[in-house]
Amino acid sequence: MKKILALWMARNREYYRDKGSLFWSFVATPFIVIVLAVAFSSESQAVFRAGLLITSSSTQISIFTEEPAIQLIEYTDAQEALRRVRFHQLDILITTETPLRYWVNPESAKGRLLEKLLISDTTGPWQREEIKGQPIRYIDWVIPGILAMNMMFSGLWGIGYVIVRYRKNGVLKRLQATPLRAWQFLLSQAFSRLFIMLSVTLLVFIVCDVFLDFMMVGSHLLLLLIAIVGNLAIISLSLLMAARTASEELANGLLNLISVPMLLLSELWFSLDDAPQWLQDFSLMLPLTHLVKAARRVMLEGAGFTDIIPQLGVLVIMTLLFVTLAGIMFRWHND
Amino acid sequence: MDAIHLGYMTTILEVQNLTKSFRSLKAVDDVSFSIPQGACFGLLGPNGAGKTTTIEIIEGIKKPCSGEILYKGKPRDRKFSEQTGIQFQSTALMDYLKTHEVLTLFAKLYPHSQPIDRLIELCQLEEFLDTYATRLSGGQRQRLLLAVALINDPEVLFLDEPTTGLDPQSRRNFWSLIRDIKSQGKTVLLTTHYMEEAELLCDQLVIMDKGKIIADGSPETLLRQYFDHSYVCIDQRDFHGDISALTNPAEEREDCIAIATNTVEKTLAELVSLNINLRSLRVKNPSLDDLFLKLTGHRLRE
Repeated sequence: MKKILALWMARNREYYRDKGSLFWSFVATPFIVIVLAVAFSSESQAVFRAGLLITSSSTQISIFTEEPAIQLIEYTDAQEALRRVRFHQLDILITTETPLRYWVNPESAKGRLLEKLLISDTTGPWQREEIKGQPIRYIDWVIPGILAMNMMFSGLWGIGYVIVRYRKNGVLKRLQATPLRAWQFLLSQAFSRLFIMLSVTLLVFIVCDVFLDFMMVGSHLLLLLIAIVGNLAIISLSLLMAARTASEELANGLLNLISVPMLLLSELWFSLDDAPQWLQDFSLMLPLTHLVKAARRVMLEGAGFTDIIPQLGVLVIMTLLFVTLAGIMFRWHND
Repeated sequence: MDAIHLGYMTTILEVQNLTKSFRSLKAVDDVSFSIPQGACFGLLGPNGAGKTTTIEIIEGIKKPCSGEILYKGKPRDRKFSEQTGIQFQSTALMDYLKTHEVLTLFAKLYPHSQPIDRLIELCQLEEFLDTYATRLSGGQRQRLLLAVALINDPEVLFLDEPTTGLDPQSRRNFWSLIRDIKSQGKTVLLTTHYMEEAELLCDQLVIMDKGKIIADGSPETLLRQYFDHSYVCIDQRDFHGDISALTNPAEEREDCIAIATNTVEKTLAELVSLNINLRSLRVKNPSLDDLFLKLTGHRLRE
C-alpha cells in the first residue's frame, strides 16, 4: 500500500506540475465543452420524427412514407419508444396492430401537427393516447455525451501515453529494478488518473451547470458512481493498449483507433436510432456507449440504481476483462 | 583489497554458462564467472561486447536463453531485488519530480531504506535537491541515479557504464564516490569500456569481446601474465627511419611509435645511436587496452 500511495502521489505531482496538461484540463476543457455545447444546441431539427412500433401483429399500412419532411423510425421496444415521446425526442409513436393507436405528448406542438396529418391522411379509426413529460433540449441530451468525451480523451491519453513514454525512456525499467510489482504500478497509475479525471469532470460539470443550466433529474451520487465505473473501464482499456507498446507514435495511432469509433458511435453527439442495426450492435461493444447511456438515464430521466444495472454491469465486466488482459500482457520494457 | 584476499572470500554471485541470443546474434555466449563478496568486479569490453546484456541478466531485467545465476548460493528470489541496487546505462526519471522527491519515492518502494540525508551527503546532492530531475547536468544526474541505486542500502551494487558521457572532472568525482562505497564493504559489479576506470576501481575483471570472456583475473595479474615488457614511446614526427630495423618489436599507434622492451636502457641507447630526437620520449607500462589489443587484434575503443 505504501508503494502504491507513493507512486500515486508522484504521478499526481507530475500532473499538476505539467503546466500544459493542467491548462488543458482545467481551463481549456471547460471552455471547449461550453463552446461545443452552445454550438450544437442551436442546431434545430427541421424534420418531424415519427416512430413506428413494430410488433408481431402489426399490419402493413403505409404511413407518412410520401412525406420527406417526416423521418420515420421503427421501434421494437415499446418502452423505449414511449420514453422518447415523453421527452419530446419523438413527435408521435404509431402502432398498426389492431386497434390502430398512436401516442403523442400534448405539450409537443410538432406532435399535435403530426397527429392532425395522421388522421387526415389515413383511414382510421385511430385510438389516441397521451404521454406527458417535459421536453429534453438538445443541450440537455448532449451534455452527458460531452462530459463522457472529455473523460475518454483524458483517460485514454492521460494514462496510456504516459506509460508508453515511461517505457520508452526507461523509467519503467528503473521501477522494475525495485521490489515493486507490475500490478502495484498499474494500480497506482489507474488511481491517480481516476482521481484527476473525477476532479476535472466535476469542474466541467459545475461550470456547465452555471453557464448552461442543463437538466439533472436524478441522483448526483449515482452519477458519480457511473463516472467512477466508466472511468475505470476507459482507464483499463488504455492500460491494455499500453501493456507492451514502446513507441509514442504507435500509441498515438492505437489511441486514435480506439477513440474515433467511440467519438462517432457512442451516441455522444447524435442518436443512433435510425442507424443500421449492425452499427447499433457494434456501438454496444464500446464502453463509452454504456457510460453515456447510463448517465443520460440518470440525468434526464432520474433513473435509479436498479435501472442502470445493465450498463454498470457491462462496464464492470469490460473493466475486469481489460485489466486482466493488460496484467497478463504487461512488460516493463521491450528490449 | 587485493587479489590474494579475494581468494578467501565467499562468493556472493555466481554466473553459470549464461547464453543470450537476439535472433541470429549471440550477444552472450556461454559466460561463467563468480563474484566474491565485497569485491569490485568489472566487466570490461568494447561497445557491443555483451556487457550490458550480461549485467541485465544478472540483475533480473532480462531473461537468459540458458544458464543460471546463483545469489548467495541459491537461485534469485524476491529478496534479491530488496538487497541489490542498480544504476542503468540510460535511464530517465519522472519528468516533474525534484531530486529529493525522487529519493523519497524510491525509498518508499523498498521495505528498508537508508536515511536520505546520508545519501545526499555521500553522493553530494545538496546543491540540486530542489531541481527537477530532467534539468540536472550529466554528472548530477549520474550521482542522483547512484543515490537511487543505493537507497535500499544494497549488498550488491550494479553499475552499467556509470561514467559514459561524463566530462573528465565528473568522471574522477564519480570514481572517488565508488571508492567510498567500496570501502563500506559493498560488492560492486561494474561494466565499462574505459580501461583506466577498470584499472583504478576493479579488484577483479573479466574481459569480454563478441559475447565471450577472453581473459579474467585482477588487473595486475592479467598484465603480469601477458606482458613482461614496457613501451618506449616517441612521437611519430620525431622518428625518421624504418621501425622494422629496430632490435625490439615496434608498432605505429595513433600518436606515437611504441617500442616494446624489457631493457629500457638498451632501447634508449639504440635510439640515441640512430640520432633520434628524444624530446617526446615516454616510458609506459602496458595497459588493459594493450592487453585487449594483444588478445583480439583491435582496441577497446574501436
